[in-house]
Amino acid sequence: MTPSASNDLLPGFADPVFDAQSAFRATLDAMSYPGRVQTVPTSLATPEPLGIAAGSLALALFDFDTPVWLEPVLAEGPAAGYLRFHCGCPVVSGMGEARFALVNAASLPRLDNFGIGEDRYPDRSATLVIAVPSLTDGPGTRWTGPGIDGSIGVQIAGLPDDFWAQWADNRELYPQGIDVIFTCGKSLVGLPRTINVEA
Amino acid sequence: MSHASKHEHPNPARARWMGIFARASAADLQKALDGLDAVPAYEFLRRPETGLVMVRGRSGGTGNPFNFGEMSVTRCAIRLAEGVTGHSYAAGRDMKKAELAAVFDALMQTDRRMTLETGVVAALARKQAEARALKSRKAAATKVEFFTMVRGDNPL
Amino acid sequence: MYVAVKGGEKAILNSHKLIAETRRGNSERPEITIEQIADQLGLSVDRVMAEGSLYDRGLAALAVKQAQGDLVEAIFLLRAYRTTLPRFAMSEPIDTAKMLVQRRVSAAYKDIPGGQVLGPTYDYTHRLLDFALAAEGGVGMPEAPVADEALDDGMPHVADLLDYEDLIEPDLPDPDQPEAFDLTREPMSCPAERDQRLQNLARGDEGFVLALAYSTQRGYGGNHPFAGEIRMGEVAVEIVPEELGFAIDIGDMVVTECHMINQFEGSADRPPQFTRGYGLTYGHNERKAMAMALVDRALRAREFGEVAKYPAQDEEFVLYHADNVEAAGFVSHLKLPHYVDFQAELSLIRQLRAEYEDRQQKDAAQ
Repeated sequence: MTPSASNDLLPGFADPVFDAQSAFRATLDAMSYPGRVQTVPTSLATPEPLGIAAGSLALALFDFDTPVWLEPVLAEGPAAGYLRFHCGCPVVSGMGEARFALVNAASLPRLDNFGIGEDRYPDRSATLVIAVPSLTDGPGTRWTGPGIDGSIGVQIAGLPDDFWAQWADNRELYPQGIDVIFTCGKSLVGLPRTINVEA
Repeated sequence: MSHASKHEHPNPARARWMGIFARASAADLQKALDGLDAVPAYEFLRRPETGLVMVRGRSGGTGNPFNFGEMSVTRCAIRLAEGVTGHSYAAGRDMKKAELAAVFDALMQTDRRMTLETGVVAALARKQAEARALKSRKAAATKVEFFTMVRGDNPL
Repeated sequence: MYVAVKGGEKAILNSHKLIAETRRGNSERPEITIEQIADQLGLSVDRVMAEGSLYDRGLAALAVKQAQGDLVEAIFLLRAYRTTLPRFAMSEPIDTAKMLVQRRVSAAYKDIPGGQVLGPTYDYTHRLLDFALAAEGGVGMPEAPVADEALDDGMPHVADLLDYEDLIEPDLPDPDQPEAFDLTREPMSCPAERDQRLQNLARGDEGFVLALAYSTQRGYGGNHPFAGEIRMGEVAVEIVPEELGFAIDIGDMVVTECHMINQFEGSADRPPQFTRGYGLTYGHNERKAMAMALVDRALRAREFGEVAKYPAQDEEFVLYHADNVEAAGFVSHLKLPHYVDFQAELSLIRQLRAEYEDRQQKDAAQ
């Protein structure tokens, strides 16, 4: 399919300014209070299998300057054209080039495929938006770090067995390293690179 | 960063008419739309919005690209009631023009194409070509032949 | 360092009203329109677009009006406005060989394919004030002559003529060149490659770039330059929207381009040849394009193994001081309250002075 054959293109935010602001707010809260479940208040028709939270976050944050890597099922489906049209973001084929990646827990690439930023610019790293089957129903983990009062118990479902071992490696790279946002339906949980996780 | 490449999905016919609509005035496009026997119904996929294009040059005109500076551009996307999508990108900040250009881009992808091509598109293209030719002919009137004068100290 | 102060709200509001009244001028005369500025002060508009780094005649004309003709202030306004707009695309590199030429001259060859075209230029005017323009009723609508034939479509660059003989350094795209540096996205960094330098110079202050160019001619970094070619006219701007995946024209822009050809005696690994300096600006802005081309060549000193000992060859000096929004901002910030700073300096100087006077007295006593 060529990107211009977009006759079945779904519309973006009904109210571009306020919807983008509330999606931004939900994402900001998720990154400020790691482990707490946030909800995007927007209703958005997203192309399958892109979830509402992931789609809202994409529409709020992605633009011409954010190369995005999509897992194959998204890259080959209508989501790629949807994001190109509404965000104008380049969809890149190399994970290392991406500033954002939309991925699924079931087919999650290894975290060290993604950019961790540079010494001088640790912000030039990738943020992984990982779709998971549940944010509250998985194996128990205990998170500590900035934005968490003491510790918080989090139950993300569907992650690969070695995910938390990979996360510990990522944690070692600080101030470089990737950040993660888990999404499920309209909800999301932030996992910034500063967070320690006991699996 | 790898953005869409020029040759990903070549579509020279559509690129040509989109360029002609982008260079047309809002008034000319409105007149052309009013001249259609039925004004088509459409909805916005993206309301007209103004942004920037980073214009690139090449060192020496032929070498490596560099970022020359930005230019304002207004874009729009609409969908006709019959489902066809039209896009526009036009330099400047004219929102009405962007909307009309997107409508015509969509119409050109329907069975009205032949009629529009020989009517609207041909007339706009002619007007643009005439304006360019006039500019060029005014410049041509300032063409000059320089003659080198022999300097006094030059041996003959 | 300055510190925040409070107060003056009413005075500031009144100052805004006073500047608005001053800007309007004599109310018995009609107010100037944006269209009049864009049409009749077109070269001011060109300069504001170039250094504001935003090609939009209407916005630049508005900025000129709002700034009462203070072009550096207008450039600042335009730069500030551009930050509010999202970026939709990068253009394909403009092709100046396909320019709709309005002016094109070469000082290196008198006979060039396509011809020498003077176009609209002040070069051959006598620089005598023309009081006809001041006369009541103005000059009416002068009409320029129209030749029977248009100019040739597509004129080769003069520098390319030397290329055929292999007498000028080639300037071809390097397929391995990474994405061009973008000053609007990344902070300046040195050593800078040519892409960063050209972007910086294209939006650099005309006066600064002109003075540096002049310095190279006066011996502070001699380049032995020839104006190989200067051309001005319209070029198409082409983008590839992400959602379309093919290139479309969005319109045209007027640019001025200058190729300087410079003698080079050769080095250990380069034969004697001509080298290039390149200038490109928005609109009709020939002085800037020529100056830019001279400074571009001067800044290539490192590349040619030349000793960089003059200001125009000093990349850090040139690049960090070329931007007049930054320069004006840093100079102007001295107007902000430095009351606390100054009090500290004052007491320091008082103390040093007392110590100095003590010493003087002791010396005198001995």
